[in-house]
Amino acid sequence: MKLAYWMYAGPAHIGTLRVASSFKNVHAIMHAPLGDDYFNVMRSMLERERDFTPVTASIVDRHVLARGSQEKVVENITRKDKEENPDLILLTPTCTSSILQEDLQNFVDRASLESNSDVILADVNHYRVNELQAADRTLEQIVRFYIEKGRKDGLLSQDKTLSPSANIIGIFTLGFHNQHDCRELKRLLNDLSIKVNEVIPEGGFVENIKKLPKAWFNIVPYREVGLMTAIYLEQEFKMPYISTTPMGLVETAQFIREIANILQENSSINFEKYVDNQTRFVSQAAWFSRSIDCQNLTGKKAVVFGDATHSASMTKILSREMGIRVCCSGTYCKHDADWFREQVQGFCDEILITDDHTQVGNKIAELEPAAIFGTQMERHIGKRLDVPCGVISAPVHIQNFPLGYRPFLGYEGTNQIADLVYNSFTLGMEDHLLEIFGGHDVKTVITKSLSTNSSLNWSTSAISELNKIPGFVRNRVKRNTEKFARDQGLVEITIEVMYAAKEALAG
Amino acid sequence: MSNSLNDNLIFECETGNYHTFCPISCVAWLYQKIEDSFFLVIGTKTCGYFLQNAMGVMIFAEPRYAMAELEESDISAQLNDYKELKRLCLQIKQDRNPSVIVWIGTCTTEIIKMDLEGMAPKLELELQIPIVVARANGLDYAFTQGEDTVLAAMAHRCPNSDESNKKISNSSLLDNLFKSTLALSKINNNKSIKKSQQPPLVLFGSIPSIVANQLTMELKKQDIEVAGWLPSQHYSELPVLHEGVFVCGINPFLSRTATTLMRRKKCQLIGAPFPIGPDGTRAWIEKICKVFNKIPKDLEEREALVWEQLEDYVKLLRNKSVFFMGDNLLEISLARFLVKCGMIVYEIGIPYMDKRFQSAELVLLEKTCVEMNVPIPRIVEKPDNYNQIQRIRELQPDLAITGLAHANPLEARNITTKWSVEFTFAQIHGFTNARDLLELVTRPLRRNQNLKHLGWSQLVNSQSK
Repeated sequence: MKLAYWMYAGPAHIGTLRVASSFKNVHAIMHAPLGDDYFNVMRSMLERERDFTPVTASIVDRHVLARGSQEKVVENITRKDKEENPDLILLTPTCTSSILQEDLQNFVDRASLESNSDVILADVNHYRVNELQAADRTLEQIVRFYIEKGRKDGLLSQDKTLSPSANIIGIFTLGFHNQHDCRELKRLLNDLSIKVNEVIPEGGFVENIKKLPKAWFNIVPYREVGLMTAIYLEQEFKMPYISTTPMGLVETAQFIREIANILQENSSINFEKYVDNQTRFVSQAAWFSRSIDCQNLTGKKAVVFGDATHSASMTKILSREMGIRVCCSGTYCKHDADWFREQVQGFCDEILITDDHTQVGNKIAELEPAAIFGTQMERHIGKRLDVPCGVISAPVHIQNFPLGYRPFLGYEGTNQIADLVYNSFTLGMEDHLLEIFGGHDVKTVITKSLSTNSSLNWSTSAISELNKIPGFVRNRVKRNTEKFARDQGLVEITIEVMYAAKEALAG
Repeated sequence: MSNSLNDNLIFECETGNYHTFCPISCVAWLYQKIEDSFFLVIGTKTCGYFLQNAMGVMIFAEPRYAMAELEESDISAQLNDYKELKRLCLQIKQDRNPSVIVWIGTCTTEIIKMDLEGMAPKLELELQIPIVVARANGLDYAFTQGEDTVLAAMAHRCPNSDESNKKISNSSLLDNLFKSTLALSKINNNKSIKKSQQPPLVLFGSIPSIVANQLTMELKKQDIEVAGWLPSQHYSELPVLHEGVFVCGINPFLSRTATTLMRRKKCQLIGAPFPIGPDGTRAWIEKICKVFNKIPKDLEEREALVWEQLEDYVKLLRNKSVFFMGDNLLEISLARFLVKCGMIVYEIGIPYMDKRFQSAELVLLEKTCVEMNVPIPRIVEKPDNYNQIQRIRELQPDLAITGLAHANPLEARNITTKWSVEFTFAQIHGFTNARDLLELVTRPLRRNQNLKHLGWSQLVNSQSK
């Protein structure tokens, strides 16, 4: 057992449902107790969906517990088949139903005899994988099912499209800015004269899966979901894939060069001019980080935390493209820790792999960064510590499903990220004015902080002196002074002690 | 009484394929109500994810609840449940030092048959903290019934008179002894007993303390003393319960608690409509007065005055139709109140219908329908959301009261909705809060009134189902 207040990644069935409900005309039936269909609320509220979420539950209640589901699941599947006439019904076990160990595969086999829809059982272990891993697995499972079906029916078209084309794999519902990213990717490919063959799962039809092999290559924009599918397609059809996330100027250029490499087999294509033009003149990010305004960000400390994709990309952008010092970079994707370490190695002082939010909170309290880039959880940690936070990764709230165009990928993405970073730090000029005039915030200093448990006494004059120090460095000054006092065996902190501490640190 | 019920009210039962919240959500309001408590939900990631998302912002305010997240080794019994729970509870004791830990059993603990009730007393002795066990799981209960299971478990912990006598002074001790030896009927009929000797009345149901005070004051105006509330603000202040204590519920989903109070604590249940809406509040007070042989004072005037103040809202509702999809068991009381406001109720969906506990409310509903000259709505227990949506399409009600899963899709199809969860979190009890209640009900109507002239009411493509 684990004492848990908050989790970064949800349970496995959420991942499965996210994939299923992203496809068009696919219905998921959860084998679950009453109240487990909370996914419908999330989709309806966070994504502000206009359509009914194609997820229903075959309720596990006391009777099911006593006698087994018997006909119930089969009836629910065939009923949904008649009501909605979906292409595919995906039976989804939940953590509750997986302990019951009912033979769900048997229900699926029986139901598929009676229904027009295809019926499959989502194959995920609820106690071993999380939401993201399950989503990856489910997407691969569905693709594999329809590729094999197409092959059996002789409908699989392996002829490549005439002009270069790509599939985009891994855009799905409740993903962090996924819709905007997808639009930006399409725009980028259009600039490069590459057609988009299929986008899955978001808005795709399962019937079109058999057309996937027609594309020249696959694009997996996010590390978490889609990689398994791309690897499967590579094995089956020798389709190359690109798993570089085009987030930030350097990575976007890298992404485009990888496309060029793939296409070069057939023609001599050179995108370098395009990359150069976009980087220097179309995107504003390169110019922005060179502008004098951005000088003030030099060496400022930041902590980055999120899923593997966004956290790694963000770390690289901050440190490589903006000259910000990332004092700690971390992810909750423990299953992908090795990849993450390799990616951020050399771009940050410290790496943190954990899914325990208290550990992240303590780390931030200890490091006292000038800004945090993290999930909603880090935003709240930031609020408590008075450190600004930009949200860069799921899990997120409704405000991170903006109506306006806010991609994180591609060249427009670099602009969005630059704005986000800049707005998160205290504005440069404001900084100086605060330092010169001793701050304009009249908040009294809270002497008890998250990280230190001090028994030291601050004299009234020392507190008022501390008050004059700008808010964003105040905690650090306070902590250093207290550390100095403790080292010197002092109990009372006066102005003299403060100055002594400052000198001691400078020396 | 029961005959007339069967004659006119139509009860149906559908498939139970409906959307509601998991009953563990009750920790959200109960941990805030019982200030020195800590709620430990023993379940899986699914439970945790639900709580985290349903509670939204509250989760970050250092809540006094947590998950004991079961891992694979717990499910396959490789770890000892008792030791694991002891470890976690020790940690909670150290970090938070609560006066009570409430264990919430979930679907998973039911299926793996974890003996929470058996372990709690042992651990309680070891840790010296009371541990209350409530099985608020989705296998048996819906949403607000979670509170019912917690309060029923809590009722067992209410001191009976003997224990409480130790704490109180000698004179009242004699008084109490005297009372408990008296037969119940005697107290009831003996009019010579002075005001102070009115048999104790305990109200049950968790509401914010402001609302609890308002209802207590309302009864005080009728010379009725409220001896205590279940739950109280603090675990240590649980009310004294014993034979001869009268109890009355304030929420329609508390049938298990009522049963426990009657059977285990030998209390006398006052079956009344619930104090929701001015009509319900008046009927509730009247019934309590009747039991204590009091003649209600100024009650009619009070109700009339409240209705007068509500007129601007009631005007918006009159002759409009409403459809309850059903998910929180408040539906009968709300429907009764809205009928009284002049609305036509097409259907009352409800997760579970305890006809005995809600009998007075059902009678009032029927009476109100006759009085307002509207058809008596059908009551659909364990509704089927899919069928209900077909019916909503056909009936085109002016307002659908529904869960969050269906609210946005219905709005996009030009059906005005009010999300039902808000009724459980808002203050809706008593005369004072009737206006707030109508504020909620009329809000979508007022909003759509404002936007009506724009002509954008249908917001899905015609091919969307």
